[in-house]
Amino acid sequence: MNSPAIDIQGLTKDYPVGFWRKRIRRSLDNLSLQVQEGEIFGFLGPNGAGKTTTLKLLMGLIFPTAGTANILGRSIDDVAMHREIGYLPEQPYFYDYLTARELLDYYARFSRYSAADRRARVTRVLERVGLTGSADVQLRKFSKGMLQRAGIAQAIIHDPRVIFLDEPMSGLDPIGRREVRDIILDLKMQGRTVFFSTHILSDAEMLCDSVAVLHLGKLRGVGAPGAIVSMDEQRMEILFEPGQGRSLSPELAQRATPVGGRYRLDVPEAEMYRALDELRACNARILSVAPLRPTLEDYFMRLVDRQPEQAAATVEAGTR
Amino acid sequence: MSAMPGVVAINTFREAVRDRVLYNLVFFALLMIGAAILVGQISIGIERLVIVNLGLSAISIFGLVMAIFIGVGLVYKEIERRTLYSLLAKPLRRWEFLVGKYAGLVLTLVINTAFMTVALAAALFYVGRPFVRSDGSILIAIYFILLSLALVTAVALFFSCFSSPMLSTLFTLGIYVTGVFANDIRNFGALTNNPMLKTLTSAIYYLVPNFHNFNSIAAAAHGESIPFALVWQNTLYALMYIVLLLLASSAIFSQRNLK
Repeated sequence: MNSPAIDIQGLTKDYPVGFWRKRIRRSLDNLSLQVQEGEIFGFLGPNGAGKTTTLKLLMGLIFPTAGTANILGRSIDDVAMHREIGYLPEQPYFYDYLTARELLDYYARFSRYSAADRRARVTRVLERVGLTGSADVQLRKFSKGMLQRAGIAQAIIHDPRVIFLDEPMSGLDPIGRREVRDIILDLKMQGRTVFFSTHILSDAEMLCDSVAVLHLGKLRGVGAPGAIVSMDEQRMEILFEPGQGRSLSPELAQRATPVGGRYRLDVPEAEMYRALDELRACNARILSVAPLRPTLEDYFMRLVDRQPEQAAATVEAGTR
Repeated sequence: MSAMPGVVAINTFREAVRDRVLYNLVFFALLMIGAAILVGQISIGIERLVIVNLGLSAISIFGLVMAIFIGVGLVYKEIERRTLYSLLAKPLRRWEFLVGKYAGLVLTLVINTAFMTVALAAALFYVGRPFVRSDGSILIAIYFILLSLALVTAVALFFSCFSSPMLSTLFTLGIYVTGVFANDIRNFGALTNNPMLKTLTSAIYYLVPNFHNFNSIAAAAHGESIPFALVWQNTLYALMYIVLLLLASSAIFSQRNLK
């Protein structure tokens, strides 16, 4: 098996806080994961989960308290490895006195392309992100969405093998989001590895081969989107009509939701047969029994809801 | 030698030009025109002295303001605006970035000073004074001003690696003023009997760059020749401090978390 494109082992990041900087706030806690070459990997988590911290660690913008990471088999400390990677920071801001064409030419210079090669690349990438018409406009006149596209353009100007995108859909209108999704899929078609962070779960579900869910600096789950949601408790939906002459038990009546003249009952898979027995005992007419296909969003929301105490505990644990 | 700092330097220069930093040249030109007209009317025989004194002092002050106020923002602005994030994701080492930023500002100062020199020459020409061989000392004085500006820029860059622009400005100005009065500080130490004060003043004298050494404005204004040995001494002196400051800046900046 090929070595992973991204290999993270026990990555941890603490920040000193407080006036004397003696207390520690743990932003990332012992993160380990692997991303295979050629896949689209979604890095999910609510704001403050540690997504941007992870990306900054991988880019060498901040330094880990513990742990290691390799990209394409080379340590993240190796700056030469940066020839093979592209990075779009969160809410990117670029030199606003430059035009989009000048900005891309500037970044392309770091990959030592000839002037003719740079010109050709810049034109190609501007077209790819839909900025050809604004190529010679200064970035200070760009909208947020246009800046985001310019950011993606600079991340791919040198044909990197691994592309890191921090919240790439942020600030984009539906058309812009669709275009970014197309770019990401296009990169995958070209055999590139795309690692992107997002809190827009539908995007991740639509695009990703694998996802990791991060919450309060800790990895909560990793795998294919389908597998990760099924790791959670499977639930069943029972649709029924109440029987003649018999009323529902108070417990069932409380749990069932009326839908028109019918009722809908949402139960864990393990309790399905007991619920069916109860419904039969009440002469209820069972209309359908179907598994509820949980979405990534359901999984995510349950995860976040389930752990408010853990949230507080994690913050406290980081305070030494 | 890496070509990366050059890429950063050219962009830093382009930023200065597009941010209209070189507009100060208009003020300088107006100052020189005004001075030339005024001096031509009221001074008899001392036009050169007045114009050279005024011109070199203005070159020094204009350059100093640029070196400090742009220098303290060189790194800070890139972090604050997060332009540094995408830049450091390229195959660019942090020291290459720093050296590039430094070289870009020094290039801006050199070009700015070159234009001011032309304006000064035009003012001297206007007051009807032919150029003579001893005017070479004016060029040497300008070269010394440039050396001091390059040194001030390195000081400003050093502070901007770890503190806010406000504090960096104060620190850099503090170092500059201390350096201008370095000789006086040493003389003060020689006069006192307090051993602690003696140690302190000599530590300041040896640690802080002596900016007084770079001031040849009076000599240039009086048409005195400046010994060639001083050119070498000042060049080596400034280079030594600049290299040390850039090394220290790189060491600090390479360890810095860009939150």
